[in-house]
Amino acid sequence: MKLQELTRPWAAFNYGFLDESAKREIRRRILKAIAVPGYQVPYASREVPMARGWGTGGLQVSLTLLKPTAVVKVIDQGADDSVNACSIRKFFGRVGGVIETQDTQEATIIQSRHRIPEEKLRGDQVLVLQVPDPEPLRTVQSDMSVAREMHGDADYGQLWLILYEQLVKSGRIMQYTEYPSLVNGRHVISPSPIPRWDVLKLNEADHLTILSAGREKRIYAVPPHTRVEPLVFDDVPYRVEDHQDKTCYRTNVTGFFMNELPQDDGSAKFELSDSHFGVKHMRKAEGEPVEIGDTWYKNGKMNR
Amino acid sequence: MTALNLAAATQITHQPPRLMLAEPMLTMRGISKNFGDVKAVSDVDVTVYPGEVLGIVGESGSGKSTLLRMMNLEETPQAGSYHLALPGREDRDLFTLDRFERRSLRAQHIGIVYQNPHLGLLMGHTNSGNVAERLLIAGKRNFAELREQARQSLDASEFPVERMDATPRELSGGMQQRVQLAKAIALEPAVLLLDEPTTGLDVSVQALVLDTLKRLQRDRAITMVLVSHDLGVIRTMADRVMVMRRGKVVEQGLADQIFQDPQHAYTQQLVHAKL
Amino acid sequence: MNIEVSIPTTPAPVLRVEGLTKQFKMHHLKRTLFAFDNIDFELREGEFILLKGENGAGKSTLLRTLYRSYLPRGGHAYYHTREGVIDLASAADVDIAVLRRREIGFVTQFLNARPRVAAEEVVAEPLRLAGTYHAEALVEARRWLGAFGVKKQLWAAYPSTFSGGEQQKVNLARALILPQRLLLLDEPTASLDRDARNALVERLTQLKASGVAMIGVFHHPEDVTGLIDQEIALKAVKIEDQ
Repeated sequence: MKLQELTRPWAAFNYGFLDESAKREIRRRILKAIAVPGYQVPYASREVPMARGWGTGGLQVSLTLLKPTAVVKVIDQGADDSVNACSIRKFFGRVGGVIETQDTQEATIIQSRHRIPEEKLRGDQVLVLQVPDPEPLRTVQSDMSVAREMHGDADYGQLWLILYEQLVKSGRIMQYTEYPSLVNGRHVISPSPIPRWDVLKLNEADHLTILSAGREKRIYAVPPHTRVEPLVFDDVPYRVEDHQDKTCYRTNVTGFFMNELPQDDGSAKFELSDSHFGVKHMRKAEGEPVEIGDTWYKNGKMNR
Repeated sequence: MTALNLAAATQITHQPPRLMLAEPMLTMRGISKNFGDVKAVSDVDVTVYPGEVLGIVGESGSGKSTLLRMMNLEETPQAGSYHLALPGREDRDLFTLDRFERRSLRAQHIGIVYQNPHLGLLMGHTNSGNVAERLLIAGKRNFAELREQARQSLDASEFPVERMDATPRELSGGMQQRVQLAKAIALEPAVLLLDEPTTGLDVSVQALVLDTLKRLQRDRAITMVLVSHDLGVIRTMADRVMVMRRGKVVEQGLADQIFQDPQHAYTQQLVHAKL
Repeated sequence: MNIEVSIPTTPAPVLRVEGLTKQFKMHHLKRTLFAFDNIDFELREGEFILLKGENGAGKSTLLRTLYRSYLPRGGHAYYHTREGVIDLASAADVDIAVLRRREIGFVTQFLNARPRVAAEEVVAEPLRLAGTYHAEALVEARRWLGAFGVKKQLWAAYPSTFSGGEQQKVNLARALILPQRLLLLDEPTASLDRDARNALVERLTQLKASGVAMIGVFHHPEDVTGLIDQEIALKAVKIEDQ
């Protein structure tokens, strides 16, 4: 018997970049995260050819999910065409031989930073959200081991207290992103820096959402058809951003989350934050046969 | 034996009537707690009736604070049982509750004021928020009601409500104790535990805080357990007194009896040292 | 209170004291101070017992022992409640507390004044605790403050700021506002002015007529001569070393 017969031929890297044991570990963590919705599962968080804080958490989860038939879309604050989004997407293509796309409808794996697409995700799609800080209790408890006990006890009074005091001081809730939300009636999560507009899309969704923080080494998940409730007072309803009546100046579409573009005269223009959603609208307007998927928001209102 | 004594003897044979008809609000039996080799509390029984103020007095290390922490379910003894007369829970030994149930029971039914306000208050949050947090933990989710209940509770503790949205950090010690008190009574607890509530305050401030406690006790008939090494505080507040030394109860009785006619050598020493 | 129109019978017994003994054991002095020894007497509804004896004979001590501010060393004090007979010498602390709230009053010359409680509220409190409406209790309280000669402008003030005499009047009004079954009077008239003393005796006469049993120590026994049914003389006992 020769050594050569026992080993694989040399390759520059394993399929999907991560070695198999790393992927196996992450898969196990993902399963646990799905089994206990909203619970932050610690994981090893390997080195990837990217700096911590640039989406290494999401990257590791996506790499683990890759297969040659996967169709991958990468979103950076709504856009598919930013440098960061492009290079991550290309990386997936190189190390996994996957199909790259910008179309939400086509994708099977969507890795995103700061946004959830406007088109509804299906049960056969997985959303991977990059998370800078997974701990919703960090603002009230700097000691993370105590924070974990608080999760164990469902001791979330102080999170409510912060909202209470925002209402007292400002007359409204000032939490714009990372809005603390109760998953499956048990664990409060930080839904990553998505706007309030997008938090509602997680509730009772058809798709699986996996949230992963590379630097903080935590994975948590919102399984399909799971309740996600932003913390609110009975008499102070949850409010999303006032974008329902804003119109995109490029596509003339109204009722979705917008990027605000300040103008020299002090006014502001708006454009669709979900860039490829905008592209599809433009192509359709030019007569191309483009299929725009069902959206979560209709006429600027969450459709439930 | 004379006829008179005989009559007396027949009277003793049947059980004297019970005049206190209410069931005890708090009952502890056979409580023993060791920390390693140190016996902090040995075989102590406590009974507190509704609306009563029980004073527990003793020097530091007597076990009185440990006993109070067990009443607050912060500690579990090696032996003993603990019951509170809560509807539906009368038969449950509270030491058998799991961590989760303890937390909710504490939030709902036990109020506590600590000597050190840092233990009881979130210094960076508002005064009203500190009171509201307690209501939030108990599941109250209506902002307007939270605010109103916090205001009422602060007012009942004679805290100036115009300062309800300042932070405890900006307050004097006496005012911080009022915020703690407001927090403790916000949910009308079955029992209010007071752990040296006025120790460390100026004498004049101490009198005012005690007066507030007295008023609350009179107006709401709150059942209280007050732990103090200060006999003056105990004398002002308590209906009944338990004297503890080295983990044991050396004497207990009506407050005026303990102060006017102490029986145990240790109590006599304590009372006479003070007077 | 029920008024029965019937042939006068012996009034119902309130208290029977048998062999009551009190001594103070002073551990630090290694001494026992004997206060009184083997006291027997019986008291019925509407009866008035005057305790006599020189200073230090244990008159006040006997009253305090019956009230259980002092723990007796021996003997019994059988007190008749509506639930049955209870021995004040050995009853549970909480039962004694019930009796104190409900039917046994102790009147001294000293007021246990609390800061920031108005005189009229201090006086009205026993009525309120007994279930009388606040407004009604206040009216009654003011009537008694007036009867004891407390000036009207003081009614809403805090007694902790009053002179000794005025405090004592507030205290008496409070102690006597609610008819008790047994009243223990520990020199209530000491240092009172003539008018207040008259008001007190008038009130005691009323209470006695309504069936309240009383045991009293008086600085001026001549004030209450007309009320006395029995006199008990106490003798000072010597202090013994252990």
